[in-house]
Amino acid sequence: MEAGIHELTAGYALDALDPEERRAYETHLPGCERCLRELASFWETTEALAVAASGPEPSPDLRERILADVRAEPPQVVVPFESRRRRAVPVLAAAAATAAVVALGIGLWASSLSNELDDTRAALERERATAAILVDPDARKVSLQAGDGQLVVNPQGHAVLVLDGLDPAPAGKTYEMWIVPGGDIGRANRAGVFPGRDGAEIEGLDGVVRAGDVVAVTVEPAGGVDAPTTSPIVASDPV
Amino acid sequence: MEVFAPTVLALPGPQNRFAMRKQHTHLSDEALVALVARGDEDALAELYDRVGRVAFGLAFRVLRDERHAEDAVQEAFLAVWRTAASFRAERAKASTWILTLVHRRAVDLVRREERRRAEPLADEPTLGGEAEGTEEAAWLRFERERVQSALKQLPDVQREAIELAYYGGFSQSELAERLGVPLGTIKSRMFAGLARLRDLLDDSTQEGSWKPEFTS
Repeated sequence: MEAGIHELTAGYALDALDPEERRAYETHLPGCERCLRELASFWETTEALAVAASGPEPSPDLRERILADVRAEPPQVVVPFESRRRRAVPVLAAAAATAAVVALGIGLWASSLSNELDDTRAALERERATAAILVDPDARKVSLQAGDGQLVVNPQGHAVLVLDGLDPAPAGKTYEMWIVPGGDIGRANRAGVFPGRDGAEIEGLDGVVRAGDVVAVTVEPAGGVDAPTTSPIVASDPV
Repeated sequence: MEVFAPTVLALPGPQNRFAMRKQHTHLSDEALVALVARGDEDALAELYDRVGRVAFGLAFRVLRDERHAEDAVQEAFLAVWRTAASFRAERAKASTWILTLVHRRAVDLVRREERRRAEPLADEPTLGGEAEGTEEAAWLRFERERVQSALKQLPDVQREAIELAYYGGFSQSELAERLGVPLGTIKSRMFAGLARLRDLLDDSTQEGSWKPEFTS
């Protein structure tokens, strides 16, 4: 299979892979410089095919509809945050940290769109499980020092992280949440993983958050790890 | 979902919009994507002005339906807006990236609308009349002839695999079934065909392709 997977590059560039092979290819791609290079060149070829397709003009309304969509979107935040620890917490670096994956990301972004319905359903399930915390009038809202969103903690220390603006995690990677006592990353405790999706992300944390803890998110190998291996891309204020 | 209030940045206000647009026409596609990542709506509008027509032509070719094609383009540009921050120019041109998103959307839609692609190659769409005579129309015609002439140089089975996949939205296993050949054969044809097409197009580019700058 490993020898044959390179051959799938053409099918991938043409969006002709069947779902299972597409997933296999997307897992393979980030680590394969040969496929990344070949895919980039094939994409130039498919762009020529796109240009050659030509057809009728789009209706003038289309432009306005697209811009209306965009105006209805929540604002995007990509500015360096003023960290209270006077450490530049790189929100944009979320993407930069995964730069190797970027070419592949193009396909992933697209597949994330096609999977949006499933993702939405899954998100609803998760939401149900965490809704109790979100609607608890005694829950505290803790703002984030890095990242876009909020941490909600109920009096029992059960917490929900509400995030916006994260891309789906790259293939072979996952977002992993941490409860960090006293903000000391060396003592971070695992609090669950999530794949990321378009739009808002609502994640209940495993474990209990106590006063002074910081909740953080890092990008980690799929399945998660026992201790963070990358810098947090999301970090809450101390609870 | 109104449980949080994202930080709002100082984005260009409406009063600056005209001035911003004027600046944007001089920017590369890639620079525009970087601006889109910062929430610049005018940059997205400019990208649409540059790529929208080809995007729609592509979606229409796959979907054979104006309404569906518009939906595909609309969703793709929304994806551009949402994911622009992760775009990396060293791996692909911005236009390539956008058209990849459009194509993926169109294929997703056509696979849900089985009836639409009974015969994807039956008719060849032609350029819309309005823009005939413009520089963009001339460039599109030039490109189309260049690509078609390259396609004609491919062995029939390779050309068929590529056209049915890219314009027809057929997956490899669907093609294997439709053409009555093993899946492995389809994979090989597709790879050999696309590699050959790439080389043919590279050659014809060196012979002298041209691309005017479209600025609105």
